[in-house]
Amino acid sequence: MNAIAASGEIIGRKKLQKMIYIAKKLDFPFHEKYQFHFFGPYSEELTLRIEELCNMGFLNELKEKKGGYYQYRYTLTENGQEFLEQNKVEMPALPSCLEDMNSQNSRFLELVSTVLFFDSLEKEEVQEKVFTLKSKQKYTVEEVETAYQYIDALKGMAKQ
Amino acid sequence: MAYSTEKLNEEKVFKDPVHRYIHVRDRAIWDLIGTKEFQRLRRIKQLGTTYLTFHGAEHSRFNHSLGVYEIVRRIIDDVFKDRKEWNNSQRLLSLCAALLHDLGHGPFSHSFEKVFDLDHEQFTQDIILGDTEVNQVLSRVAEDFPKRVAEVIGKTSKEKLVVSLISSQIDADRMDYLLRDAYFTGVSYGNFDMERILRVMRPREDQAVIKQSGMHAVEDYIMSRYQMYWQVYFHPVSRSAEVILTKILHRAKHLHEQFYSFIHHPTHFYSIFEDETSLEDYLKLDESIILYYFQMWQEEEDEILRDLCRRFMNRNLFKYVEFDPAKEYKMLAELSKAFTEIGLDPEYYLVVDSSSDLPYDFYRPGEEEERLPIHLLMKNNEIRELSRESEIVDSISGKRRTDHKLYFPKDILKDDREHKEAKMRIRQLLDIN
Repeated sequence: MNAIAASGEIIGRKKLQKMIYIAKKLDFPFHEKYQFHFFGPYSEELTLRIEELCNMGFLNELKEKKGGYYQYRYTLTENGQEFLEQNKVEMPALPSCLEDMNSQNSRFLELVSTVLFFDSLEKEEVQEKVFTLKSKQKYTVEEVETAYQYIDALKGMAKQ
Repeated sequence: MAYSTEKLNEEKVFKDPVHRYIHVRDRAIWDLIGTKEFQRLRRIKQLGTTYLTFHGAEHSRFNHSLGVYEIVRRIIDDVFKDRKEWNNSQRLLSLCAALLHDLGHGPFSHSFEKVFDLDHEQFTQDIILGDTEVNQVLSRVAEDFPKRVAEVIGKTSKEKLVVSLISSQIDADRMDYLLRDAYFTGVSYGNFDMERILRVMRPREDQAVIKQSGMHAVEDYIMSRYQMYWQVYFHPVSRSAEVILTKILHRAKHLHEQFYSFIHHPTHFYSIFEDETSLEDYLKLDESIILYYFQMWQEEEDEILRDLCRRFMNRNLFKYVEFDPAKEYKMLAELSKAFTEIGLDPEYYLVVDSSSDLPYDFYRPGEEEERLPIHLLMKNNEIRELSRESEIVDSISGKRRTDHKLYFPKDILKDDREHKEAKMRIRQLLDIN
């Protein structure tokens, strides 16, 4: 909820998944368990938490038809705002990181989260993983390099 | 003969109540079953605390792992073998990954992982890649074979079709656990026609798809999954046992951190309490060890640990009421205060449990590329997502399915010998007699 409050609005479940994963890898206290799936790191637990928060009336989920598929738009409700005010969690660096991630597109966030998933590997091995596992996304070497730079920038932001 | 293709002189068969027989012909598979890390799975129950609700549910992860292996073997040998989209050189890789996919599970895995922040999937990787008997067997196939098996199980392998046989929304893992859990719990709703599903599976580059003519068998599988989740996996009494188990582990860890002097020292837990779990320590743990400590801790001086262990061992579980966190969080704060007043620590005796805390998921049609959905192969060779073709699946996909319960020791709250008025107030708040 904090994440959505800080971001204002998050468009797309995939984007939300990747943003929380990246925040988790930046050591923000998100405890949802992630696994590598066809489309990169994914947490079923996070999907269920979001459903729960919608059911409780703390989050608003808007389903929109877009081309051949549905897209979901998430915002905080008044009740959610009230609940957050009563249960404040101090994470001063989180809003700026999330705002920045929210301004990126989900394709790029998918790449960033994939690079972070393989952060124990050497850069060349990560590139190979990206090119073989994400062959359909056709990422370029330059994009992978940009992802690394972006991760460094986020890490700097998270420390502030 | 190369070890990777070496066959046993005679086929070995395991009698199995779900698949009738499990057939082993490959030397490597037979050797893996004999390793101590795989044999350890005999001492870890597939359904954790569910046996306290469904007394038949005593089956182990060993049974299930053999079952998953057998399903993958049948898919490959009986259905995929001569199809051009299938590369039979991936056969042993698929069978090993199927057999070993749950190798890293610990005792009462779910609670254990939550309390001690552990990850069974990481332990699976560590066992396959580490200094273990399993690693020795896999390394005999090829030097890079352990890594390839680990990547399939970790879903980071480029062999996506092989990954999908073990981890997808209609995979051998789920098919086996649904049938096996239904059989051992004795419920009738987990059954579906697996033979039919296997016969209509077709290999494609990224995943196994289902022929359109098999859609009704898949509908049945999705319905079984739906029913099993609510009737067995999310059963409120099993969740109560899980709540108590979790609280015992929390309490024992807390006491250790407070330098409490245990009458019966938790030797096997030390490295876990101190967040320094080595693979060697982890592999020594199984459910018989855990239950041994719970048995012994029934005599501890710490009142909370003693009481929780007695509750678990003697099945004197917490009762529950439905709970709406959005509307009732203020009431929860009030209850928490009242529990403290009567000498019950709310941290251990007033617990909210949500269905999202459980490690089971429903079918998701993969909107917005979250998870790869089940795909049907239409007569014109087109691929269509299941819920777009099946009204039944569509009607249960994407529905609201969250559930919260508030657990508490009703027996203590009903005992009016002490704190009578405060307990009456608590009972009113909880709306129990």
